This record gives sequence, structure tokens and C-alpha cells, in this order.
Amino acid sequence: MNNMKKSLNERLAILSDAAKYDASCASSGTVKRDSSKSGGLGSTEGSGICHAYAPDGRCISLLKILMTNFCIYDCAYCINRSSSNVERARFSVEEVIWLTLEFYRRNYIEGLFLSSGIIRSSDYTMEEMVRIARELRVTHKFGGYIHLKSIPEASPLLIEQAGLYADRLSINIELPTDSALTRLAPEKRPANIRKSMGELRLKIEAAGEPTLQTKRRKRFVPAGQSTQMIVGADQTNDKGILGTSARLYGSYGLRRVYYSAFSPIPDASKNLPLIKPPLMREHRLYQADWLYRFYGFGIEEITENQPDGMLDLKLDPKLAWALANRHRFPVNINTAEREMLLRVPGLGTKAVSGILSARRHRRLRLEDLARLHVSIKKVQSFVVTEGWTPHRLIDRSDLRAMFEPKPEQLALL
Amino acid sequence: MVTVTLEGRGDLTEWREAARTLLLARTEPRMIDWRCRNGAVDDLFGPAAEAPQAPNTAAASVPAVTVPKAFLSLAQAVICHSDPLRFQLLYRILFRLQRERTLLQVLSDADVAQLHAMEKSVRRDCHKMTAFVRFKEIDAEQGYARRRFLAWFEPDHHIVARAAPFFQRRFTDMDWIIATPKGTAAWDGDALTISTEPAANPMLVDSTDRLWQTYFSNIFNPARLKVKMMMTEMPKKYWKNLPEAELIPGLIAGAEASVVAMAERAASEAPLFHQRLQALARAEPDIVQASAGTLEELREEARHCTRCPLHCSATQTVFGEGPQDARIMIVGEQPGDQEDLAGRPFVGPAGAVFNTAAQEAGLDRKETYVTNAVKHFKYEPRGKRRIHQKPNVGEVQHCKWWLTRELALIKPKLVVAMGSTALMALTDSRQRLADLRGEMLQLSHGQLLLVTVHPAYLLRIPDEGRRLEEMARFRSDIARAASFGRQAMSHPAVEWRVPATGDIKPSIGVG
Repeated sequence: MNNMKKSLNERLAILSDAAKYDASCASSGTVKRDSSKSGGLGSTEGSGICHAYAPDGRCISLLKILMTNFCIYDCAYCINRSSSNVERARFSVEEVIWLTLEFYRRNYIEGLFLSSGIIRSSDYTMEEMVRIARELRVTHKFGGYIHLKSIPEASPLLIEQAGLYADRLSINIELPTDSALTRLAPEKRPANIRKSMGELRLKIEAAGEPTLQTKRRKRFVPAGQSTQMIVGADQTNDKGILGTSARLYGSYGLRRVYYSAFSPIPDASKNLPLIKPPLMREHRLYQADWLYRFYGFGIEEITENQPDGMLDLKLDPKLAWALANRHRFPVNINTAEREMLLRVPGLGTKAVSGILSARRHRRLRLEDLARLHVSIKKVQSFVVTEGWTPHRLIDRSDLRAMFEPKPEQLALL
Repeated sequence: MVTVTLEGRGDLTEWREAARTLLLARTEPRMIDWRCRNGAVDDLFGPAAEAPQAPNTAAASVPAVTVPKAFLSLAQAVICHSDPLRFQLLYRILFRLQRERTLLQVLSDADVAQLHAMEKSVRRDCHKMTAFVRFKEIDAEQGYARRRFLAWFEPDHHIVARAAPFFQRRFTDMDWIIATPKGTAAWDGDALTISTEPAANPMLVDSTDRLWQTYFSNIFNPARLKVKMMMTEMPKKYWKNLPEAELIPGLIAGAEASVVAMAERAASEAPLFHQRLQALARAEPDIVQASAGTLEELREEARHCTRCPLHCSATQTVFGEGPQDARIMIVGEQPGDQEDLAGRPFVGPAGAVFNTAAQEAGLDRKETYVTNAVKHFKYEPRGKRRIHQKPNVGEVQHCKWWLTRELALIKPKLVVAMGSTALMALTDSRQRLADLRGEMLQLSHGQLLLVTVHPAYLLRIPDEGRRLEEMARFRSDIARAASFGRQAMSHPAVEWRVPATGDIKPSIGVG
């Protein structure tokens, strides 16, 4: 091992490389903050900003780094597990603060997403992370976004302090089932991860109650908590994954469950499949997750017609549902209820609001839908409008084929 | 035909004044030729005629032109658009609004759709400006009290004035200038100065850009190449002013090779410190020590219970709570949402009903042992909530293992079964709860059972009158338990007379 101290640039390379397997980069959904009163640096205004995009199509909104990639845990799916020969490095508290502020001043980022390998103990690691957040907020009057990854098994007191400075806290559920987690991450306790989420939900709710004296609500983790699940490192099917998500949303008030297609890591453990990350599967899971949260679909409905509980990779889950439930179509755009409009393939929440608003004043035709940015090609088989009925289009046996992606010539390797 | 020439640099006032005058003169939209000074359009036809002069009277005497508020805020955005047709479109909509007051709600109308499309384009341009402006530090060695930064940006539309306040709110503690071909914004800690004069690219360098490039290339995951997605969100037209963009072609070209290299580096021998850590972990068993035969030991054991699948979806085991020498033991059904999160029984809404009743009856919860027939929360997720589900017979049977041990350790004089699940767990009785309600029954030798409803049931009775009635009955049941507790304390030796119990047989032997 090289004992020369690595330069800041070298360590930044190691500790950002180590952080890229965390999918979340969100900087939205927090309170509005503004530096004109504090005279400091930084603001948050509801929706976050993506300051750059990497060629992997992911947005770069936050400085996403690990404080250190030394770790006493040995989780098979993780590049930083103790048995991996990956190069190790560590930032000091001051260096993380410096990088965050200098990057922020140049408008590269919205804020900091800090995670860490576990060094010495969970509490020691968490304490250092809390110190970074506190100094940014208090000493540097930093008003940007801060997302801290809670360290498993850290004391509730430290989590409570973290919540005073961070916009969001997250702890990764990592895998969809307890048995998979126990098998691949021997040091992690699935029950304790849930317990930590439960405690955080209680604290967030308690802070949301106005205090008796001032009637003001305490600011505590205003952007809530989130988690991440790795897809494809174990055998769980999509139905199982979505069921776990539904339980997490219902139980802990999570803002988001992130799905991360298992990606080959250098020096990978032999327990894991060395395959290309299942990106389309990940995408379909996000779509199904949205249907569950914003379109009134139940997980059961989305997965019931899918063989082996796996989502259709060729069709988006709403279209797949519609093709399996043709008796519910066509839907009359001018009279149907919002709930049913939301189930029409090709209509998003915005288009549905537009339809509801416009149809109060006139009967809508297909070309009206086009002006609401709806793809006519996609919806026409499923809707009735003024001057348009799909005739027996909806009953065509080749309807599915009309929507499937055209077969591509196989790429030569 | 009337020709109107405007500066066209994103200022609504000039258009608004011209439009008001034209509207008062009832000028048809097709009769106006809107032009932009310095724009490409006006040079074709030579110097343009001036806009009609507003009637030379005080503003108050001009009849008011009213428009919906939504139109003004849309117009403020659309006026920043660089398309010369914007003035025409805005006037056409303004004209139509005088007759069609609800026009803006018809999002499917061609004019309204175009208005929104232009607004969206301006909004997107503003958003991309907040995203892609890159400040470079200047005069770092000069020792100014405030640090100074300069940025060069090339927007599509006239948005400098519109976007500048964002930068003021965000970069308050530093001096900055954002220069663009469509004007400049500057902040010095006191005032925000906007100019619409075109600026030139200052061509600056900042050494921190190198760190940013390091970050950009390392946060990129070569195994997930999705170039199209990146191009949609970060179109090439922005690249020339982004220090990270020069790396993109190289990252894409090298992606496949680095994935292959990664695969080849699979699984080598673990480093030394891993072996040390593993040895350390083996030496340190992860079990909390509690003395055998105590409630604490039982609780610790129950924490790891996996006797039925409920543990997979619940947060934690919610074990009983109370002193080991309690005379009274309360058994409910199962923990609810709040209990599941807090890890303590009866802390949710049903718990509050029970606590109130207990307090009124003088039953001290601190001296009572409170537990549930089933120790994990069973539920069905529904959006952001969890809907309680009744545990089935199998789950109750599995969990009786714990209830039996709690009874054996605490040896309560009186057990209160709240609800049918508790009754079933304690007696295996197939009898209806209503038939046994309020009776003191013999559970086993020297141990009585009082049956009452579950407090959650009280919360679900829709009829106010009936609820109050049932509430009173519940309180009187709890009062009965409380008075038993007091008497048992003052006359511990008194043998209790028990009414005939019918065919109740205890399912749980007490050792």
C-alpha cells in the first residue's frame, strides 16, 4: 500500500467513485431558504436543480461523496466492503466543508450528500458527519441542501442532532427481503434498519406539531427520509420489491424509495452476479412505483397479470395493465372521472388536470389532446372523444404488437 | 396596418402600454405589425412607423383594460421569449380575452397552447441558467473583504433580469457578475444591478474547475451509459461554457473498456484488516446479557422472534410492559401503527382510550402489566398509511408461546382480555365475546379473567350515542378490574368468589 498522503484531488476521485452507487441525488421538497436575511451562502426553493448530467444520464445535483471508504462492514454488494481491495481514503471534516462551500460558490451543486463507510464505530462515524452538517449551517451560514446518510446502529440522539441540520436523512434498506440482506450483509440487521426509520418518522411527526408556547413548528428533516433498494443482486421478483416499497411508504412516510440496478463493482464478491445492470427493469420499477403513489394503482393490480411477478420489460406497466384489462376501455375523455382518466395509457397527471380544466368549457377532440401534449398514437386506442371512437381497435389481437418496441438488430460485440 | 416597434429585451411595460392603447382603439390583431428594434425583421422594410400615441390624458381617465391575473404572469414570462411573434400572440390573446373571459382555462386552444409553450420555453431557459451558470473566482489575491466571482452564460431568451434575483438570494455573501450576450446582472452585497446591454465573453479560468472535473468523471458510472438522457437534459449548446463538458466524449469512449477492466478485477484476496475485523467480530458475540428467568431475558428473546412471517413487515416486536409482580395483566389484540414505531404497547389512539379509562378508574398503569396477544403489527399498506388487519388463528397460536411465558413469569391475579383475539389467545374459547363480557371468570387456579371489548372497537362506532354508551360500559369494566386490584392489595389472602363459568376452559397452563 502507498503510504504517501494522497492529494485532495486523488482522494476526491476515490471518495466520489465510492459514492456513485447511491442513486439518490434529489435536492427537492425541502423548506424555502434564502440567504438575503442571514447574509450567508445558499438557498433552497422547493424544486431542486440538476447542475450537470453525467453520460450515465444521471443528474448531478449534490456533491455526493463518502467521508471515508474504510469500512468495518462486509456487505457483498458494496464496493467499500472490508474484504475489498479497493483503494481507501478519508476526508477530514474541514476538507468536506471546504469542498462543499467552494463547489457551491461556483454553482456546480445544490448542496452536499454525505455518506460514509463505518470507521471505529457507528456512533463515531455519525458524530463526524453531524459535525460537518452543523459547522456548515452554524459557522458558515450555509443555506444549501444537506442530505446525510444515517449510519446503521448510530444512537438515536445523534440522528436527532443530524435532523436539526440536514434537509433529508436516509438509511438504505439495501435489499428487498430480510433473508437476502442477512445473507449478503452479515453485519446489517434488517430489523434495526426498520426501527431506525420508525424512530425517525416519529421524530419528524413530533416536530411537525406546533409547540404550545410559540405555535411554531420545529424544523426537523424538512425534506423527509428516503431509502434505496438494490435490484438484481438477489432473486426477489418485482412483485416482492414493490410490496416491500409499499410497506416502507406506508410505515415510515418515506418520500422516495430509490431502486438501484445492481451494477458490477471492481473487485466484486464471488457471491454476486457479474452482469450488466438491469437498467430497463429499474426503469419499470420506478414507473410502477409512480403508478402506486400518484395514479391510484394497487401493487396487486400492477403485478397480477405478469408471469413470475416480473414487470413487462417491453411495455410500461400502465400500458400492460390496460391491455390486460381491455373491458375498462375505451374511456370517454369528456365524461370519465379523474381516477379513470389517470388509468389511460399516455395520460399523465398534468394532462389529466388539463383535460378536467378544459372540458368544463368545451367538448374535447383528439386534436385538443395533442395540444395538451398527449401522444395521440398512444391514447387513441383507449379513448373516446368528440369525433373519435376507436371502433374495435381496443379488441384487436395485435394491439400489443402495435406498442412493442420494434425489434432491433443485435449489436455486434 | 399599424406598425409598433419595441426594444424587445424582456420588459413587459413597453408592450403593455402599446397594447393598452391599441386595444382602446379596438385595433384588430391582424392590423398590427409588431417589430423589434435591432431585430432581423425591421431592417427588411426600412424604418418602422411609430406606435400610435396613447391619448394624452392622465392614466386615471383612460378606461381600464382588465385581464385575468394569470394572463399577466404568463405575459411577464412570454415577453422574455426571443421569438418576434411573441408580441403578436400576446396581443391576440389579450384581444380575445375581452370577449372570452375564460379563454385561459381552455388549455387545448391553439393560442393558449402556444402561450404556454412559450412560457415553458422561458421557464426552462431560466431553469437552465440557474443550473449551468459557472462562477469563476476573480481577484482572489487582491484581498477584498468580499470574494468576487464572474460568470459567462448564453441564454436563449431575455431572461437575465428574470433569473437574477435567484442568484442574489443564493450567493448573498459574495460579489458576482453574470455576463451574457443579452445583458448583465451584478450583485455587490447592497444592490442588484441589471443591464440589457450585450456583454462579451471574459474567457476566465478557475483552478477549482479541476476538482469539479475530477468529481464529474468519478461520479459517472460507466456500466450505465445513457447518453441520450444526458443530451436531453444537458443539450450540447450549453457545453462550451461548462468546464466538465470537455470530459464527456472521453468518458463515453472509455466506458466499455472500464467495465471490462472492472470485470477482470473480480474478487481478489481480502486485505489484512478485513481478516482482523472478522476475527474481532467472532470474538464478540452480539447478545445482550440478561439474567435468566426474568422478564428482561424474555423480552430480549422476543426481540428476535421469527416464529411467524409477521416479523418481516413489522418494525419490531412490541413486547409487554410493566412490573414483573403486577397483580393485573391487560391483554390486547396486537400493536398498531404507533406501537409498532415506538416499540411500546398501547401508545396509539386505542392506547389513549385505555389510559383515560384506567386513570378515571384509578388503575395505575405503572403497576399493571400491559401486553398483546400478538406481538407484531399486522397490516396492509395503503398509500401513505397502514390499515390494521386482524391476526389469524395461526398467528395467534404462534404468538401464544410468548403470552404463556409472560403469564407464567408475572402470575397475575387478574387477567383482562380486551377484544376477541385476546379472549381466543387466553381461552381457546369459541364463545362470543358479548356472552362473556363483564364476567369474572376462572382462568386457572387462583387466577381470574375479565372479558371486555378492545378500545379500538370503541373508536370505530359511528353512532355518537352508542359510542358513549359503550365507552361507559368499558370504563365500568376497567373500574371493576381496578377495584379488584385495590382489594387484592388490602386483603391479599381473600379467596374470591367466582360465578359459574360454564364451559370456559383455560388454554394456558400456569406453572
